[in-house]
Amino acid sequence: MKYCIFVLCLSAAVFSSLAAAEPLGLPTVPIPADNPQTAEKIRLGERLFNDLRFSSTGTVSCATCHDHTKGFTDSPLTTSEGIKKLTGTRNAPTVLNAAYLKSLFWDGRSPSLEDQALHPFLNPVEMGLPNHEPILKIVRSDPAYVKAFSAVFGKSGGEVTMKEVTQAIASFERTVLSGDSPFDHWYFGGDKDAMSPAAQRGFQVFVGQGRCVSCHVVEQNQALFTDNRFHNIGVGINRIQADVARLAGEFLKAKAAGVDVDQAVLTDKKTSELGRFAVTGQFDDLGAFKTPTLRDIARTAPYMHDGSLKSLAEVVDHYNNGGVGNPKEKVNDFLSGGIRPLNLSTEQKADLVVFMTALTSQPAADQKRSPRP
Amino acid sequence: MNPLSRRDFLKGAGALATASVLPVNLIELAFAGSESFSFAYISDSHIQQIRGTEFVRNWDRGLMRAVAETHLLEPKPDFIVFGGDLAQLGSKPELDHGAEILSALRGKVHYVMGEHDYYLDLGEYWQKLFGPHFYSFDHKGVHFVVLNSILTYDDWTYHRWPTPEQRMQEMAGLDNPNGSPFMVGEKQRAWLEKDLAAVSRETPVVVFSHSPLQKIFRGWNFWTEDADEVQALLKPFAKVTVLYGHVHQIQYHQIGNISFNSAMATAWPWPYPTAYRQGEVYLPKLTVPMNRADPFHERDGTGWQLVNLASGNVDVQYTLYDNRRRSVVFSPKTGGPEDSQYQDPARRIPPQTHY
Repeated sequence: MKYCIFVLCLSAAVFSSLAAAEPLGLPTVPIPADNPQTAEKIRLGERLFNDLRFSSTGTVSCATCHDHTKGFTDSPLTTSEGIKKLTGTRNAPTVLNAAYLKSLFWDGRSPSLEDQALHPFLNPVEMGLPNHEPILKIVRSDPAYVKAFSAVFGKSGGEVTMKEVTQAIASFERTVLSGDSPFDHWYFGGDKDAMSPAAQRGFQVFVGQGRCVSCHVVEQNQALFTDNRFHNIGVGINRIQADVARLAGEFLKAKAAGVDVDQAVLTDKKTSELGRFAVTGQFDDLGAFKTPTLRDIARTAPYMHDGSLKSLAEVVDHYNNGGVGNPKEKVNDFLSGGIRPLNLSTEQKADLVVFMTALTSQPAADQKRSPRP
Repeated sequence: MNPLSRRDFLKGAGALATASVLPVNLIELAFAGSESFSFAYISDSHIQQIRGTEFVRNWDRGLMRAVAETHLLEPKPDFIVFGGDLAQLGSKPELDHGAEILSALRGKVHYVMGEHDYYLDLGEYWQKLFGPHFYSFDHKGVHFVVLNSILTYDDWTYHRWPTPEQRMQEMAGLDNPNGSPFMVGEKQRAWLEKDLAAVSRETPVVVFSHSPLQKIFRGWNFWTEDADEVQALLKPFAKVTVLYGHVHQIQYHQIGNISFNSAMATAWPWPYPTAYRQGEVYLPKLTVPMNRADPFHERDGTGWQLVNLASGNVDVQYTLYDNRRRSVVFSPKTGGPEDSQYQDPARRIPPQTHY
């Protein structure tokens, strides 16, 4: 834990106590009526989140791919590594501010944090359990868990189910917030010197010619940097362009025949690139992925759902080229309407990158919070 | 956590899916019949040259997207119709560029003339690329007619304007006092009369025209001056459908035996003309206004359509980006086309009445 403390001093963004007032720049965390926050529940959730025993090999926990020292990702991995070094098809999305998301996973196939937590345990390339029974066995017998579940939910033995397990994990995740960055102090806090002049110029590109703010939303008194929507921005799908009709058709047939979407999209590289289409079957979701937050983005390279862009500079180039890495590459037919060449100058692009580094949250040490009533 | 939430969530997603890829199958089943078939209808791409090889990207992308999506249909549509206004100002580079995008379509394509394709060279280059301005064909027991409905008075066309470029510009504007109403014209009506004379009165007839063959709103040429005469020629048939572009929005109407259905544009939406009423409006009361397009979402308010023919009547499935899908289906009960979801005013969503 000692290097954990070191990182906390640098930039960690976990507000591990109950947040009565969210960090600067964030709205109130929505809490489901059937899963209220309590300090004990959050602690239990954190323990579950870090428990390696919930994988078939005993080597992978939630935190393996959502490491708080890496902005709750597994940076610098391109795509996540599960049991036996098996790799999935997608770059680990950060847990930071996941509390605000309207759907989870890159393709939004899960409606809540509680639901989301059920799936990685069973995915063959993530934690690889055959079913949830091994988890229940541990939480019903491990004395520390028995005590905690009894205290938090008033349940023991067979009464403890995955509902309680995932509620606790979700409660912990709702405390994993990123705000209070130099940008927040500059934009919401009125501190004119909180961001460098380059970052301030970069913000003008962000909301102006760069058009980033169209999807990475900044509002009058808060900034989540996501629109909670799905867009085809020319990542991933560009690799399967000639094959879209076949892949889409085959996937829909397989799905109708009962194939598990979670497994299909995480184990098959090409199917994965169909994006949100795998969930909705809608034409305008082809190759579309969820807009991720940009908070703490400088800590979570590489980027995009497939981790295919190594740096923020590469990301900016991709958008500047109108949805392709190389301006000569063919733009995919299903590209979202908002993606088009931006004609940014070298300086504008550099400023934009500097701006994004100003979204890194401040040390948590001075963020003492009192429990939510 | 509610254990049902994921299932409900996916069920909801499945319900959405019934509006795009899968539903094609579903509709075929619903109307299972030996003569049931479908075709795709893409319209109003308005390909616009900026200079040289530079074209307005948004219009290009809209058309490319619709073309690519027709490749995803299963079963394959029997043919594809392009409903006119391929170009913005009718120039050779625009028509060539549009033809190049459309060349990716698989299968037979039928082309309809729009005023933006026509008024520069009076359809000469268009004809070289796409064939005759008006003709008919038969397919699986249905008689199809393609009309050039965007002609106008000879005096306006031949004697009014110093240059073809100005003529094109004048016709391209809305609310332009220098414009002139569209018409099919005497020559084509005579041809149509002769063409229809050979068709059994029981044969379903489907007419493709760019402008509505009904009078809706003159200021924007949502109008065909000789609509009454054309309708009279179609009156003897049991089942007639007119499919038109030009209006860039969903409209439908029934006049006697004739059903009218409009197409979305792949370029941009036009608002409902009643909101800008400046003159006579005949817009059918039953038509449900479109969901308000959100200008924030660049493809919202555009789309294309899949048309299913079951027993000679038409139902239109609209692919609408970033918006709720709609279907306008012929109702045997009311004897006209109806929105399958929003016909009842109580079921409309509020933005449909706000501009």
